[in-house]
Amino acid sequence: MRYKKKRMLKLIFIIAIVAFAIFLYSYYNINLGLDLQGGSHIVLQAQPTEEREINNEVMGGIVSVIERRVNQLGLTEPVIQREGSDRIIVELPAIDNPNEAIETIGRTAVLTFRNSSGQVLLTGEYVQDASADYDQYGRPVVSFKMNDEGADRFEEITSQYIGQKIGIYLDDELLTNPTVQDTISGRGQITGYDTVESAEKDAILIREGSLPVPVEVIQSRTIGPVLGEISIQKSITAGLIGLILVSIYMMFYYRFPGVLAAAVLIIYGILLMGTLAGLQATLTLPGIAGLILSIGMAVDANIIIFERIKDERKSGKTLRASIDAGFKRAYKTIIDANVTTLITALILAYYTSGTVRGFAVTLGIGVLVSMFTAFFITRNVIDLFTHSNLLQSDAAFGAKRR
Amino acid sequence: MMDILGKRNIWYALSITILVIGLIFLAINGLNFGIDFQGGSLLEFKFDHEVSNQEVRNVLSDINIAEDSKVQQTETEGINGTLIRSKELSTQEIVEVEEALRDQFPSTEMLRTQMVGPTIGQELRTKALLALLIASIAIVLYISVRFEFRFAIVSIITLMHDVLIVLGIFAILGREINTPFVAALLTIIGYSINDTIVIFDRIRENMKMMHKTGFEKLANQAVVDTLPRSINTSLTTLITILAIYLFGGASIKIFMLALFIGMFAGTYSSIFVASPLLVTWTNRVKNKK
Repeated sequence: MRYKKKRMLKLIFIIAIVAFAIFLYSYYNINLGLDLQGGSHIVLQAQPTEEREINNEVMGGIVSVIERRVNQLGLTEPVIQREGSDRIIVELPAIDNPNEAIETIGRTAVLTFRNSSGQVLLTGEYVQDASADYDQYGRPVVSFKMNDEGADRFEEITSQYIGQKIGIYLDDELLTNPTVQDTISGRGQITGYDTVESAEKDAILIREGSLPVPVEVIQSRTIGPVLGEISIQKSITAGLIGLILVSIYMMFYYRFPGVLAAAVLIIYGILLMGTLAGLQATLTLPGIAGLILSIGMAVDANIIIFERIKDERKSGKTLRASIDAGFKRAYKTIIDANVTTLITALILAYYTSGTVRGFAVTLGIGVLVSMFTAFFITRNVIDLFTHSNLLQSDAAFGAKRR
Repeated sequence: MMDILGKRNIWYALSITILVIGLIFLAINGLNFGIDFQGGSLLEFKFDHEVSNQEVRNVLSDINIAEDSKVQQTETEGINGTLIRSKELSTQEIVEVEEALRDQFPSTEMLRTQMVGPTIGQELRTKALLALLIASIAIVLYISVRFEFRFAIVSIITLMHDVLIVLGIFAILGREINTPFVAALLTIIGYSINDTIVIFDRIRENMKMMHKTGFEKLANQAVVDTLPRSINTSLTTLITILAIYLFGGASIKIFMLALFIGMFAGTYSSIFVASPLLVTWTNRVKNKK
């Protein structure tokens, strides 16, 4: 009776843990990395100019301008963060034409009004507002409005240049080169756009102001949503095939304990997914590889335990005594072996970034969960069947062959 | 009882031969560093019909980037696509390529684009080496504490053996070295250590329980006793890796290939390199006394 009660408790323990993991998984879901769901990862580096060196203030300025641009482009859930002294990391979700968006975000976007010999007459710092619009002929344009000081200056300049051309430049790109017909004060239009979308882009750049110093895209990585989808499907198929083959091998070699090991593997998979979801870890493609590898480690833990039990059985102990002794001796081996893997994963997570870090994090979590599974789940599952004939037989644990 | 450790000179010769061949290729061919470590661009596009490399080249030469580019068919199975490798392109140039292709082939769909500046490549390389170095030191420390110093040194030699074999084979095959490859190397280090330790753990145990037996004999006993575990574990792991290599996406193929070679080398070396070295070391020390 006491034994049955204990067995009941063990079963409840296992079910409770599995249920908790399933709850975590369905409640939090697993974040997919850029390489799986599509998106862009961009590293920008600020370039010092003769007038300005890179300091905190300049970097803060860049971040806020980029933030405004990204928001104006209507991108959801962007990540914009500083890295080191002169870098900014921007992560964007999957969008149409991501590279065009990256180009827009990274532009210095200094608006200048120049005369025909290239001399700068006025800069965009006086522009108060700009928006995409259509002119009287229905062509897409950017309409801009100057502040009071800018309006005064613009009036002065245009009165000086009547009948001559004034070019409007965004950085070094000539947007339009109209001839001044009359004195203009606060308002103006930039023509020469093919689409209202491209006018809108420039309007955002002009409206939100220029970056204090130019930035250079030193690294960019963009994954289209199609590739992410292909990768996920393929990885899942590959993972399942691997899992099934391993289970078949384990059943063939270890007989009934092998079946238990396969069941433990499935439980391991559920716990792992629950843990990843609970910790809000981001799953990347190398991360999936890390997961599958950790499945290998989880199998290994079971193999070590089974081999130990088999050794104990061979030396003539009863099943119960063999299981006790086998687990006890296997613990030490498993801990030593896993701690070294854990060390590697930790160092990897600390010293690398991006997708490789994703790999290290999932591998680390995988190893921890696999140790937990080996020590608590495998143990309890085996205990549940201690009195069953299936475990008593000589073929179990592969003990017959020698 | 199999006498694995007695034949250690054979294993040494085998390992040294493979290592020397690998090193020769490393010296001659060098490693094929991918854009992660060298800087450059990689663009992959998908079409609804097959587009030949020449057709893609023609488009590229229209916008004057063909000279610095290599064009090949995409590695992802089941789709028509092209893979373009090039010098570092600005975002503007990447957009130009995309638009030029779309003008020519309206079904063009961007799969991925990647650009790594040369400084970043250098940085990633340094970081990767640093990670490898620190991981090795941390492992030596851990094993020295849990086992003995000689176990630690032998583990590191075994590790270097495995890493060199993987690097050598990659040099022979001329396959690309990228960031996931470094992750694979680190996994191999973790796994190889894992494997070696399971055997060392048994040797440590035998040293306690079999005082009177000579070191070589008790070590051999440990290797033979753990053999089923070594074989089962490496088989199950290799099955999984092979499954991912064959059925997983193209982007993790290099990673899986490195893992496969490394796991194989790792299992081999834990049995045929690590334990024999431990015996050789112990015998040397004893003879000196």
